[in-house]
Amino acid sequence: MSKKNRKYREHWYSGITEAFQMFVPGNKLYRTIPAKRARTGFLFILPFIIGFIFFMLQPLYVSMQMSLSRYVINTGEMTWNNFYNYNYAFNTDPDYNRMLVDEISRMAINVIATLVMSFVIAVILNQKFKGRIICRIIFFLPVILSSGVLPGIETSSSSLNLINSMSQAMGDSSGVNISAALEDLLSVSGVASQVFDVIFQMIDAIYDIVMASGIQIIVFLSGLQSISPSLYEAADVEGCSAWESFWKITFPMVSPLLLVNCIYTIIDFFMKNNNQVMEHINNIYMNGVRMDLGIAAAESWIYFGVAIVFIGISAFIISRAVKSYE
Amino acid sequence: MSKDNTIFIGEHSSFRERNRRSGGYLMKRRIKEISVSVIRALLMFGLCFMIISPMISRISMSLMDEKDLYDTTIVLIPRNVTMDNFTAVARATSLPTSMINTLWISILSSILQIVSCTLVAYGFARYEFPLKKFWFACVIALIIIPPQTIQSALYRTFTRFDFLGLITLINGEPLNIRKSIWPYLLMCLTCMGLKDGLYIYMLRQYFKNVPESLEEAAYVDGCGTMHTFVKIMLPDAMPIIASCFLFSFVWQWTDLFYSRNFLSGYTLYAPQLSSMLDRIADELSRMAGTPVTPSPGRQLQLISVGVLFCCIPLIILYCFTQRTFVESLAMTGSKE
Repeated sequence: MSKKNRKYREHWYSGITEAFQMFVPGNKLYRTIPAKRARTGFLFILPFIIGFIFFMLQPLYVSMQMSLSRYVINTGEMTWNNFYNYNYAFNTDPDYNRMLVDEISRMAINVIATLVMSFVIAVILNQKFKGRIICRIIFFLPVILSSGVLPGIETSSSSLNLINSMSQAMGDSSGVNISAALEDLLSVSGVASQVFDVIFQMIDAIYDIVMASGIQIIVFLSGLQSISPSLYEAADVEGCSAWESFWKITFPMVSPLLLVNCIYTIIDFFMKNNNQVMEHINNIYMNGVRMDLGIAAAESWIYFGVAIVFIGISAFIISRAVKSYE
Repeated sequence: MSKDNTIFIGEHSSFRERNRRSGGYLMKRRIKEISVSVIRALLMFGLCFMIISPMISRISMSLMDEKDLYDTTIVLIPRNVTMDNFTAVARATSLPTSMINTLWISILSSILQIVSCTLVAYGFARYEFPLKKFWFACVIALIIIPPQTIQSALYRTFTRFDFLGLITLINGEPLNIRKSIWPYLLMCLTCMGLKDGLYIYMLRQYFKNVPESLEEAAYVDGCGTMHTFVKIMLPDAMPIIASCFLFSFVWQWTDLFYSRNFLSGYTLYAPQLSSMLDRIADELSRMAGTPVTPSPGRQLQLISVGVLFCCIPLIILYCFTQRTFVESLAMTGSKE
């Protein structure tokens, strides 16, 4: 109802002037009903605004400042040091570049695989079959089992890494490792190895992928359930096969959710605990050998920048692709 | 396929007869159905097994004696059952205290988070105010910005806490409140806790889908804003609020990041678990007089026990509330 009363906006600052007119008593807009509702709405979101300013914007500003300066921990003094921290992160830190590239390539593969996997599982779970409820319960368990400390804990100690790789090697020699055998076969027969490397990487990471796709399955499932059955009936009457109606109905109807899921997956991946880069920053610069909050801030900013670029690119691609279906 | 689709050509004739009359169509469809369901069952079973099997192997490993671990004839069922690992882990993670602390801090922070997020989400869903788009973009930013980016800055803010210079004015020097729980509670209350952007987004999505006419009717009848919100909107929104609460509880329970950075004054389970092995190694070294680490097999056992301690309460909770978890999230119909 208040939408009708809203004026046409001409300038970028008209929102601010409107706010001024609505919130300051004595203005002509102050006593109107939209202004009253606006004030109530503003009160509702006030906690968020306060929190955002004090616990997000201000720390963001400080950490930007920190990343650009030499920070002395005891006194909290900051002096400008000419991009030394960024320079250090890229050129001096022995591991950072490698870790960053590793994480990004792992993420790109994992995001695609997670989206495909969760979509397939959601489609299956949306069908009616015996034991569906139990399957659902199990598939959402990862929401619990892969949160917080739990995913990284088993690789947290170096000797544990050793034993894991040992047991893997033993598995290779004793049992039949299908993916390794297939990989050997394909590489011998001369199929382009780069492509298959990626695919086998996905197959080997399938546990991680399933564990990371709990929420995505729920989101896709909610989308699938909102498609009205009459669409399928109509398609059936017109002689559509199940395959066709999947691509002509199911996929376009659910594809807007791809974007939400893609962004969620990227963020989830970036904030995971077993993420090398974050671990590196935490262990060395925050609580470790070389305590330097400036470098920690610089490295996290670089990482964040990469994340934003990734989200931007995928949002652009997906929104383009989805538009063409509509 | 369901019964009504089958072709009835003489109800009492046999399948073979009906198949013959339909020109093989019935048989073809039957084979298709069976093969689809077999493939589906295999796929589902495999994936479910993959999710559950680490849990099963953890349970069996945690009950084993260390000897059994190296015995190749033992796969899942331990020969020498021992509770040794459990007592060791319980001691190393200072168990009763850390669990109780985790429990009350998780409940408290989740309640604060959900209360504030519900209010904010309602404001976003129902009211028009200037700069609304900007503030909603801020919510999206809150989802996207990893808290790690600001962790060093928050660390600094809370070790030298100085609200607008007031504390320096009264106390003479800034306060170090990093070890107390207040900063985190304050953050929860102002929607800056763990994944709060997501809860705001979900709840807003729900509130937007509720028809506005209900509130308008209440408003016409002279119901105030707060009254309408509490009496009309909240009761219907209870399932989705409960599901957000559960998510927040579970994620807070296992959270390492906020617990390590802002709640380090309390012994919580997740940080204890992550540093458990080092602590056990330290203790062993102190007893032996030389640096000793537990053997890799033993470490694996200890980790499994630690993970079990962390997961089992959550899994029990999940089994009782899985409807709330799953179905109400589907209700938000998060299309956008």
